[in-house]
Amino acid sequence: MTEAAKKLPRIEINAKFCKGCSICVDFCPTNVLEIRGTIVAVKDLEACTRCQLCDLRCPDFAIQVFD
Amino acid sequence: MSTDAKPAKKQKLSVPFDYSKYLRKDKLPHIWCPGCGHGIILKALLRAVDKVGLEKDDICMVSGIGCSSRTPGYVDFNTLHTLHGRAPSFATGIKLTNPELNVIVTTGDGDALAIGGNHFIHTCRRNIDMTILVYSNAIYGMTGGQFSPTTPIGSFTHTSSYGAMEPPFDTCEMAKAAGATFVARATSYHVQDLEKTLKAAIEHKGTSVVEILDECPVYFGRLNKMRSASQMMEKIEKEGTVSVKQAENLSPEEIGGRLLRGILHHDTETAEYCDQYAALTERAQGK
Ligand SMILES: Cc1ncc(C[n+]2csc(CCOP(=O)(O)OP(=O)(O)O)c2C)c(N)n1
Ligand code: SF4
Ligand code: SF4
Ligand code: SF4
Repeated sequence: MTEAAKKLPRIEINAKFCKGCSICVDFCPTNVLEIRGTIVAVKDLEACTRCQLCDLRCPDFAIQVFD
Repeated sequence: MSTDAKPAKKQKLSVPFDYSKYLRKDKLPHIWCPGCGHGIILKALLRAVDKVGLEKDDICMVSGIGCSSRTPGYVDFNTLHTLHGRAPSFATGIKLTNPELNVIVTTGDGDALAIGGNHFIHTCRRNIDMTILVYSNAIYGMTGGQFSPTTPIGSFTHTSSYGAMEPPFDTCEMAKAAGATFVARATSYHVQDLEKTLKAAIEHKGTSVVEILDECPVYFGRLNKMRSASQMMEKIEKEGTVSVKQAENLSPEEIGGRLLRGILHHDTETAEYCDQYAALTERAQGK
């Protein structure tokens, strides 16, 4: 399977709910996320392992990772 | 399915939990500050409730006053927001008159252990079936950062400008000594353990107390030179605790000042209060 065909996860961010606390950014094991302006953004989707830790530790119902 | 050569663990199936069915969506976003651990606890609690398989109407969530006590406002259960420190006593009345309800109390270290200390210990003493979650951030968040009965010696708050002088309570030891039959400690950093502990606490019949170390970045963090919520989670919750399992292989010196995390006490023998009350009623009626 080529890299291009690899199925990437979909990271859904609720911009209205995210308070930019950076917990998800700081504890993402593969450094997928970053704070851009005042809220979270995806920096490197390919590195995402779908571990769900960002969602589990987000205090604000603001981030979810789908297949 | 991917046949990618990459290790299987990289392609784990990802199905996020659907929180919305348990929430009062019109009340969100919640009022808690950026990085406040209370939201992490709320989410773990909803996952635990789902795993136990409870119906929304079978739950009554009760709270006192404080940021932590805002929790019931966001959930689509039966809910009651009561007086400062008195949630366990309101909850006792609810449980005794509706023993079929699953009663969950959300409270803060100030609410439960300062103004509510008496209500807390007497609820534990009766071993009435309910789950008490103490959101333990070592400060009064809602009123602007005063020290609480769990503030560690030397910590700075707005009422301990030279470092807190009084020794803190050990919430779990106190709950156990008072008679609670399920006592555990968890953190908002160790989220998966938190969810499992809350599930076990809800399933236990009798008074369950779970102290959850979480973070108030706005007051405790800022006043104690921790710049972010993540830094607090790292220092206080991760480095400041050791699991019961890890502790088995460590000497007291190696454990040092770290707090134990996990289920600390689980007694399934002691009679539960509502059962005892029903038996007493039958006796009194000469049945
Ligand atoms: C009878 C009474 N006394 C004092 C207060 C003021 N008060 C409101 S919340 C609070 C402390 C809350 O601290 P805690 O329970 O630790 O919750 P947190 O806000 O940190 O989650 C106090 C003293 C009050 N509301 N009612
Ligand atoms: S699912 Fe895991 S790897 Fe992907 S962004 Fe979230 S924390 Fe990072
Ligand atoms: S943890 Fe949640 S609220 Fe905080 S930055 Fe990430 S998505 Fe936003
Ligand atoms: S004041 Fe502290 S406890 Fe209250 S919501 Fe803000 S961070 Fe949380």
